[in-house]
This record gives sequence, structure tokens and C-alpha cells, in this order.
Amino acid sequence: MDLIRKASQWASGKSPWILHFNAGACNGCDIEVVDCVTPRYDLERFGVVKQGSPRHADVLICTGAVTLQTRDRLKQIYEQMPEPKRVIAVGTCACTGGVFDGCYCVTGGIDTVIPVDVYVPGCAVRPDEIISAVERALSLKTDGEGDKK
Amino acid sequence: MADDNKVIIPIGPQHPSLDEPASFTVTLSGERVDNVVIGIGYNHRGLEKACESRTYVQDLYIVERVCGICSHSHTSAFCMGVEQLAGVTVPDRAEYIRAIVAELERLHSHLLWLGVAGHEIGFDTLFMYTWRDREKVLDLLAAIGGNRINYSVNTFGGVRRDLDESIFAKITATLNELEKQINYYLELAQTELTLKARLSGIGCLSKEDALKFGATGPVLRAAGVAQDIRTAEPYGAYKNFEVNVITHTAADVFGRTAVRILEMLESIRIIRHCIKEMPEGAILAKVPRRIPEGEVIVRMEAPRGENIHYIRSNGTDKPDRIRVRAPSEANWHGMQHMLKGEYLADVPISIAAIDPCYSCTDRAITVNSDGTRKVTDWQSIRKYGIDWYKKRGLDMADIRLERGV
Repeated sequence: MDLIRKASQWASGKSPWILHFNAGACNGCDIEVVDCVTPRYDLERFGVVKQGSPRHADVLICTGAVTLQTRDRLKQIYEQMPEPKRVIAVGTCACTGGVFDGCYCVTGGIDTVIPVDVYVPGCAVRPDEIISAVERALSLKTDGEGDKK
Repeated sequence: MADDNKVIIPIGPQHPSLDEPASFTVTLSGERVDNVVIGIGYNHRGLEKACESRTYVQDLYIVERVCGICSHSHTSAFCMGVEQLAGVTVPDRAEYIRAIVAELERLHSHLLWLGVAGHEIGFDTLFMYTWRDREKVLDLLAAIGGNRINYSVNTFGGVRRDLDESIFAKITATLNELEKQINYYLELAQTELTLKARLSGIGCLSKEDALKFGATGPVLRAAGVAQDIRTAEPYGAYKNFEVNVITHTAADVFGRTAVRILEMLESIRIIRHCIKEMPEGAILAKVPRRIPEGEVIVRMEAPRGENIHYIRSNGTDKPDRIRVRAPSEANWHGMQHMLKGEYLADVPISIAAIDPCYSCTDRAITVNSDGTRKVTDWQSIRKYGIDWYKKRGLDMADIRLERGV
């Protein structure tokens, strides 16, 4: 088991596939996540591919304060992802709930629902920071080694 | 499978290309869409309520985050409302700076849309081209406000930062480059037969229907209705000069594309005019912390259409009620009508063509999601659409873009 884990970690480090999920963001961070794959930043030159299905994803990029409507969906997506999986919370809302913390329809940051490995604060986060967060998430060897809140 | 050989396809709510959650339940008979049930509300954060429990200055911060794409439009509308209630006159220079930022925002929003539309029909080269050009606009916005998104230029009584000659020079230079690009996209849309064949005759919303369903912005103008708040009810700097309202008669996705591209050229003209006529003077008027009792409705033209803010004040430093009617919310109503009778292959681009923005829309809508159905993702429905047209001889890969542009 350990060997398989090591092998898949080695492989995903070469060409990680990222999945983006908007858990109730204002669209600002989401646009910057898409910006990462466009010519100026071009995440694809590192082998990073943005794709649709959680079953193929290595890294989950989450934006937004989690709303009650998206909470179950977020959990579902996380569970569908294969091991080893990494979660990046992009934006202040995703880290702590930000300006929407305390709203009746918001549960708070991403870590209130699923474990988060890397936190990227900012409103909105710049694409450079997202790229560096992806790189950092992939360098993590074990679960629980990531950012502490 | 439902009765009468009808197939029900649930799509979403998680899909990669629209970047925001929404679900669609499409009922098909054969390949034609019989009915669509639209499920929105995934992005409802309860920010109207949040505004009521905070002061006006804090609300400005929240209102900016209604939507990350048209953040300036929302703060402009909110500021105009509060200024009207407080009886404050905004200095002319501040109005012109607001107009410049608003038009830059329209440029970046329309370029973004053009890219997304290209992506939905399988024309990813266009997506890369327009998003590359959009970066130039974001650079300008970052130079003006210090942030690429949520630039918070507005404050009550004016703007936070003054613009100087060096920024004007930068804007002028970038606009010259952009104008060349946008003219090229216009030429592409008008002359490229593959593109025209793919976009014409789908997502139709006639003039009567557009009015009936209360569509706004480019969707309404593409149906031939010359409605633009900048000319219908001029506000701010727009009182001082004419804005040419762009309309089209096609009333379909192609019409909306043409309207948006031409609007970008108009925005460039307006920014140039604002820089030339920029008045001297202060950029900020003093606004009291307590806003006098009263209520106000403000209308303004956001990139996606008419943006309405309602503010009721009870004489304290906190608002009594705030209501945001974002343009995307108005455009959703015609969607069901637009999609009925369409091919399934046309559903993605038809939905994308209204430039939907869920974070704007999701104010107070309840959606029941059982979360147990097998759900098709947006990516596969998009791919289906692209392949469907490829089989019929419409392949976007056939379009050759000029290298140098």
C-alpha cells in the first residue's frame, strides 16, 4: 500500500491535475484560477491541467465561503477524489469565511467542511500566488504537514 | 428515462467552465430540448442581511464583493444611492474617474465573455487570445486601484485615488493596442463563416420576448431594443457626453457577440473622451457618517445590463434595508424560453451567451437539491456540443487566426 502511495505521489508531482470548485465565492478568485491557465501565467507549462471530474483530480482548488447549498457537494467532491489528495483554500473567504463570516447562509472557511493543506489569503488572490500554492501542495509528503491555521 | 421517450439530463452544479455552481435539468425529446429547469442559489451568501448589521462604510466592502467581475458597478450604484440620500454632490473629476474605471471594467468583462463563449463552442484559441488581451486591462485596473480584482476605487462622495498623467499615458497606450485587437475580433466575427454558422439562430429571444421577460443589457440590445441606462437615465459623468447605444437585429447568440464587441470599441471611445475632458479639482466630498432617513432606488449600466440598488435608511449609520437587483438576475427569466426547442448541442453556448453571473444573482432563491441523482458534468455536455457540430462540418479548429495579433 505504501509503495502504491509513493508511486502515485511521484507520478502526480510530475503532472498534477487540478479541480476547481466554487463553494460560494464572489467570482473574483475563480476568474484568477482560470487566469492561471491563460497565456500570461500558463500553468500548463508545468504539466498542470485543469479538468472537470473529481475522480481524476490530484489537487482541489476551493474558493469562497462555504454556503449551505454547496456544503454537501463540496464534501461529495472531496470524497470522490483519489488518494493522495491535496486541498488548497484560495482567497480570504475560503481561509476563514472572510467578509461573509457570520452570514446566516455561510458555514465559514473551507476547513469547516474538509481538511485543507494550503491556505492562500488575498482578495482576490493573484494567479502567481495560486501557482506557488499548487507547487507547495505538491511538495507535501504526508497529510497534516501543510499550513497550520 | 421518463414517459413518452423523453430523456432527463441533470447537469451540474459543479462544472469547470462557468466557474460558478448552478444546476440545469434538461428534458429532451429526441435531440431537442423540451424543457429546462434551472437551479440557482448555490452562491447565496446572505449579504443583504449582512449589510443591514454593518455600517455604510463596512457595507461598501461587502457590496464590492457581490461580484468579482462587476465589483465597480455595484459600489458605484451603492455610492450613488448613499450620496443621493445624504444630499452630497460628487466632484466632477471623481465622476470622470468613476466612468473611466466603469468602462475599463466593461472592457475586461466583455473580453472575458468573448473568451468563455469561444471556449464553449470549442474555439479555445479565441479564449487564449482574448484572455491574454484582458490581462492588459487588468494591469491598468491594478495601476489605478492597486488590485487586479476588487479595485475599490469608489468611496462615498467620490473616489479614493486620483489619476495622474502617467496613468493616462499608460491607459492611452494600452487602448491603442486593444483597439487593434478588438477590431480584429470584430472582423473575425463578421467574416468567419464557421463562427457565424455556429452562433446564428441559436438562443433566440425576440424583441417582444426580451421585453416580456425583462431582459437587460447586451441580451436586450441584441434583440434590437436601444435601452442603455447611460443614455436613458444618465448618471455621473455620462450626463456630460453622448453614449452611442449599440443594437443588433439578430436577437440570437451571434447578435449578442456582435453587440459586446462593438460595445468594447464604444468603451474605448468613452475612456479616451474622459481622459481628454478630465476636469481639474477635488476627488472627494465629505459625507456624514449618519445618513438621513429616506429611501432611494439607483439604476446604472453594468457590463451585463441594468443594475438596480435599493437603499432604505433610518437615520443611523447602518442601513435599514439593501436590495441588489443584479443584471444577470433579470436575464435568467428568459432562459427557459430561449432553450426550448433547441438542440442539446446548443445548450452550453446559449446559457453562456447571457453572461450569467451567479454570485450576482443568488440573492434569495431557494433550491431543493437532493444530491442523489447521477449528474452529467458541464464539460461532457460542452464536448457533446462541439463533437455534434464537428460531425456536421463545423469545426472551430478550421479557423486560422493571424499570427501577429
